[in-house]
Amino acid sequence: MRQSSSSPSFQYKKRDAMQATRRRLTIALGGLLLGTGTLGLRATAQPKEQVIKILARKFTYTPNKLTLKKGVPVVLELTTADVLMGFSAPDFDIRADIIPGRVARVRLVPDKIGTFAFLCDIFCGSGHETMNGTITVVS
Amino acid sequence: MKHPIDRREFLKLAGLGGVVFASSLGAARAAGTMTAAKGGETDEDFYFVQLSDSHWGFEGPPNPDAKGTLKKAVAAVNSLSEPPDFIVFTGDLTHTTDDPKVRRQRLAQFKEIVSALKVKDIRFMPGEHDASLDHGEAYQEFFGKTHYTFDHKGVHFIALDNVSDPRAMIGEEQLQWLAADLSQQPRDANIVVLTHRPLFDLYPQWDWATRDGAQAIGLLSPHPHVTVFYGHIHQEHHKMTGHIAHHAAKGLMFPLPVAGSQAQRTPLPWDPAQPYRGLGFRDIEAEAHEAKFKLTELPVQKA
Repeated sequence: MRQSSSSPSFQYKKRDAMQATRRRLTIALGGLLLGTGTLGLRATAQPKEQVIKILARKFTYTPNKLTLKKGVPVVLELTTADVLMGFSAPDFDIRADIIPGRVARVRLVPDKIGTFAFLCDIFCGSGHETMNGTITVVS
Repeated sequence: MKHPIDRREFLKLAGLGGVVFASSLGAARAAGTMTAAKGGETDEDFYFVQLSDSHWGFEGPPNPDAKGTLKKAVAAVNSLSEPPDFIVFTGDLTHTTDDPKVRRQRLAQFKEIVSALKVKDIRFMPGEHDASLDHGEAYQEFFGKTHYTFDHKGVHFIALDNVSDPRAMIGEEQLQWLAADLSQQPRDANIVVLTHRPLFDLYPQWDWATRDGAQAIGLLSPHPHVTVFYGHIHQEHHKMTGHIAHHAAKGLMFPLPVAGSQAQRTPLPWDPAQPYRGLGFRDIEAEAHEAKFKLTELPVQKA
């Protein structure tokens, strides 16, 4: 076994610091991908945002009912199991193309309480018109 | 410019017996300012008929006479005391299918049924059910171009395609085509736009919108006399965006609820006591000398 010249407590602190740096970089990279904020500011000023994965397939979203807290940001990670789909939540002015083989990310900060529709806004087949879900925002 | 019928009066008229007047067309084209139509035609009154959303191929409880309703509508148009100058179909001729072969069968059957119309000048355009799954390929095999223009007795008609792109977009290329066409028109031209989806955000929560429709409205806006006739929402609806009037037509298969009036955009149930309720077509009387349209809603079958 390789010997270390560092004390165990120092090793722990060093490892902890490295992990923290990695976390900050991950969060900052996430912020960059979402096109929001600067690297340093986001890493230090905001906690990690909740990620909700949504799978689209003909002609459903899983899950299709989301419950979110007002003012608490989330990131929706959208993928499709088959064809090109859309995701649109007009009440929050957000939308994305869900392209096969890619992950679409949409950041949402719910700013109002209630239940709101989301839907597929790219005509995807015979069940397209029933491909929708709801976002319920609570206080 | 002062319009002879303001919005308040327009809305009041809209509630009277299914007859409305398009308010966007004012008195600017009064006697002395008329222009001759292309092809040497002069402005004169005429009327045309708008049918929409026949969804041929649909089957289900919302219409127990799914195979008979379009034929009844054809018979109703044929029985009009005076034949219209022409007929327009503003999309969703057929109900969508994931099978390209069935799509073509439905388009062929639809074409065969409407061939019984006595008036042979018929202008078709697609809806998303006809065209969105194959970018209009099958539709064009049967009905040709999905966007085009024509002129009739002093009115310039523009058929816009906002469905062949499954994203419900007109697209940059067609917008440029529209801009080029409009640049050839006099500013005070009497313009009618025919399309399937609403060009404005009627209710995006139910996909009742065109994603780049605002760009089309922006291009049309410099022209003071523009009226849009469309389908998609299976009910009569009237809306002004600035000076542009937008009129949605009833469908010929099943009516849809008023935007946001229920949780889901599901068809209104068939009422055996009032069969064909909520279905119908309209005649549109162009009073060319006053640049005004009179709309009359007609049922599929007389009560």
